[in-house]
Amino acid sequence: MIAALNARNLLISALLTFLVLLPVYANLSGNYFLLTLFTRILILALAATSLNLILGYGGMVSFGHAAYLGIGGYAIGILASEGVTSGFVQWPVALAVSALAALVIGLLCLRTRGVYFIMITLAFAQMIYYLGAGLARYGGDDGLTIQRRSQFGSWLNLSNKTVFYYVCLALLLATIYFVWRLVNSRFGMVIQGARSNERRMRSIGFPTVRYRLTCFVIAGTLCGLSGALLANHTDFVSPAMMYWTRSGDLIVMVVLGGMASSFGPLIGAVALLVLEEALSGITEYWQIILGPLLLLVVLFARRGIDGLLDAAAFPRVSPTKPLEAKVGRG
Amino acid sequence: MIYFIEQCLNGLQLGMMLFLLAAGLTLIFGIMDLVNLAHGSLYMVGAYFAATFVAWTDNFLFGAALALAATLLVGMAVEVVAMRRLYGRDHLDHVLGTFGLILFFNELVRLLWGPAGMTLSLPAWLNVAVPLLPDLYYPLYRIVIIAATVMVALFLYGLVMRTRLGMLIRAGASNREMVGALGINITLLYTLVFGLGAALAGLAGLMQAPILTVQIGMGENILIVAFVVIVIGGIGSIRGAFVASLFVGMVDTIGRAFFPDLLRLVLARDAAATAAPAMSSMLIYVLMAAVLVLRPEGLFPVSNR
Amino acid sequence: MAEPLLQIEGLTKRFGGVVASDQISLAVSDGELHAIIGPNGAGKTTLIAQLSGEIASNSGTIRFAGADITVLPTWRRSRLGLARSFQITSLFPDFTALDNVALAVQAHAGHSFRFWGDARRDARLRQPAMAALDRVGLGERADVFVSNLSHGEHRQLEIAMALATRPRMLLLDEPMAGMSPEQSAGMVRMLRELKQELTILLIEHDMEAVFALADRITVLVYGRAIAVGSPDAIRANPEVRDAYLGEQQVVAHG
Repeated sequence: MIAALNARNLLISALLTFLVLLPVYANLSGNYFLLTLFTRILILALAATSLNLILGYGGMVSFGHAAYLGIGGYAIGILASEGVTSGFVQWPVALAVSALAALVIGLLCLRTRGVYFIMITLAFAQMIYYLGAGLARYGGDDGLTIQRRSQFGSWLNLSNKTVFYYVCLALLLATIYFVWRLVNSRFGMVIQGARSNERRMRSIGFPTVRYRLTCFVIAGTLCGLSGALLANHTDFVSPAMMYWTRSGDLIVMVVLGGMASSFGPLIGAVALLVLEEALSGITEYWQIILGPLLLLVVLFARRGIDGLLDAAAFPRVSPTKPLEAKVGRG
Repeated sequence: MIYFIEQCLNGLQLGMMLFLLAAGLTLIFGIMDLVNLAHGSLYMVGAYFAATFVAWTDNFLFGAALALAATLLVGMAVEVVAMRRLYGRDHLDHVLGTFGLILFFNELVRLLWGPAGMTLSLPAWLNVAVPLLPDLYYPLYRIVIIAATVMVALFLYGLVMRTRLGMLIRAGASNREMVGALGINITLLYTLVFGLGAALAGLAGLMQAPILTVQIGMGENILIVAFVVIVIGGIGSIRGAFVASLFVGMVDTIGRAFFPDLLRLVLARDAAATAAPAMSSMLIYVLMAAVLVLRPEGLFPVSNR
Repeated sequence: MAEPLLQIEGLTKRFGGVVASDQISLAVSDGELHAIIGPNGAGKTTLIAQLSGEIASNSGTIRFAGADITVLPTWRRSRLGLARSFQITSLFPDFTALDNVALAVQAHAGHSFRFWGDARRDARLRQPAMAALDRVGLGERADVFVSNLSHGEHRQLEIAMALATRPRMLLLDEPMAGMSPEQSAGMVRMLRELKQELTILLIEHDMEAVFALADRITVLVYGRAIAVGSPDAIRANPEVRDAYLGEQQVVAHG
């Protein structure tokens, strides 16, 4: 990552410092509300980072990504309710099921492109939502309470807010690092190339579908991890985790933060959730402000916060194509 | 058997309702290349307007007509203020922008009408059942809906196939620059087309209002089904939307009616009872998946894109 | 006589009522530079699209290097050594010139399920890519974003990408489109060099270039091949004169 001294890197450094020190402040001041809020932010930031892989770098506008939040979460919930509380069993299962679901959905959806792709990912996510709502044994519409969080032996107690927070932070940073390495690898080049000009990719000899499918599965698996974390965080799973507006929120986070940038999703998650908290303090009808704000972002700040910072630091002639990549940047 | 016919008629009615939504969506996409997630909001707005105006005027038909006009105006206003800035942009931009509009409309409705939702009762003269067959009494209102939407379908067909405006619409769909170069006022054309789509959505909303509850978020549920319809029918094709709407309407209705019984043959009683509603809801998505496997472009793909 | 590298037999493509390719048969020998000329709308690009696999023919066969490739997908044809450049520039706009060519190199360097190493620092990709760029004269512009390159440089980059896939045969679709006379002359020089190593199927409107480079020429009119032969034979052919050359005033340069 470029270690230049510019607005963007300063912001990210400040944010990371804040995130690392937050539990210290929370424990000292007794303000656990902030800790809870930011745990949630970290978890959704992980989900947004996974979405950024296929959306920002891959150009695949999946409107059904929240389905994997639900799948990962329900894996934890169902296993827990059946008496399996060991995290060493739950979490691999959550990942495996998410991966499998992403594989099946990807096989069906990636045959289409453009608008079709958007619509059918949306439709499949709804299908999984109904599936969750139909699981009467596991709460159906009302959801399922999780009595005990994932157990990882005596050395890791997820019921401790601070410990859990740091686990989430660690996993988020690991994911960001992993995605960064991925998009700069040969695999990542194929994904970005396919976003940029798929026809040309095939023309020079790439069988693009298998790479996009792999990317889709990786993203789904990571989001499943996020779902497992969310289930532990709220001690509760319900179909609402997978409702399509949740997928919309994830897309908003990715775009708001800045697509195809490593820390964009985190910035977007922080921005969106903090904004929600702040606005709902002002008025209970805060979505009236958020809605048009979103439209304004789309029209005038398309490259998101990351883009605004970047433009301030590096004013240059940038490609005019709307979906542009920050190739290899931090 | 009577039950089956009744369900078929219900399926037909649902299908026609979906057609109104799908036709608007596919028209807007076909002409302006715009993905409009907020289409469901217009459906909701139509329903709310209907409930309100009918209550104010105490006259069902007059209130409904007002609601239709109001939705048309709202649609055109939305086009002028928001939509036209999205033309020519990436589809992702459309998705995000219209997603923002959904949030806005849902909250606006909640602000103006409250969170509780509304009801709209049918006037006495519509609230009867007519004998279609010796043993079959079917609600008159549902028959009216079917008839009205068939007329709208015919009107759309006539409009698109036989009039100058329709020719422009079709020409616009195939070659935007050319139509613009001919000196046709594209801006006005787009506003009208969007208004037409909004009116169709509003009509669907106000017609459904007496049957379902009028509530916030009603638009999103049906929007996704409309998407399924368009994907199956082929995006951009009104004929495809018609066929697919009927198909989906039938599958969904008859599926929900008879699938639980089918499940009971296979599963234990309890399991079948709990699984049935969810699995019935899933039927149309399974249908969509099947169509996509066989024909990824839908049943009647529009090839000039 | 050795089997031709590329053999097209009875290739036909219909779009609704329009016959874009009408029973085209053609053979290109190993090492030959074969040009295809014809008026606009003759179906030249449609022909290339069928050869590269983007469009499925209604009937006919295509054989390349002894194998029937008629139904092979585009990417497989590329792997077999059939490279194509596009008439309307089709590059990766948000990448640098070097990135573009490196992708082409990568496509032919085994599978790309490598998730960890930095592809931009991979010498096995960067070196051949630089070599291809130098070959077409873009060495200095390696780190420039494609959107900041000129049109002529785009055309050169198209060739570089095709070369980077180490092909046996190049399908060049109007490589000189929109070039100035100097740029075209440069392109002709380069093609003359490439001729020594590769087989080339060239679609061009620039008659000077065509007659300077081609070993044989096929003339396409309304989807049909009306004449095949050496440049002299084609020049002298009365049918060709009427259909095409007679109407050719000055060679269009951009």
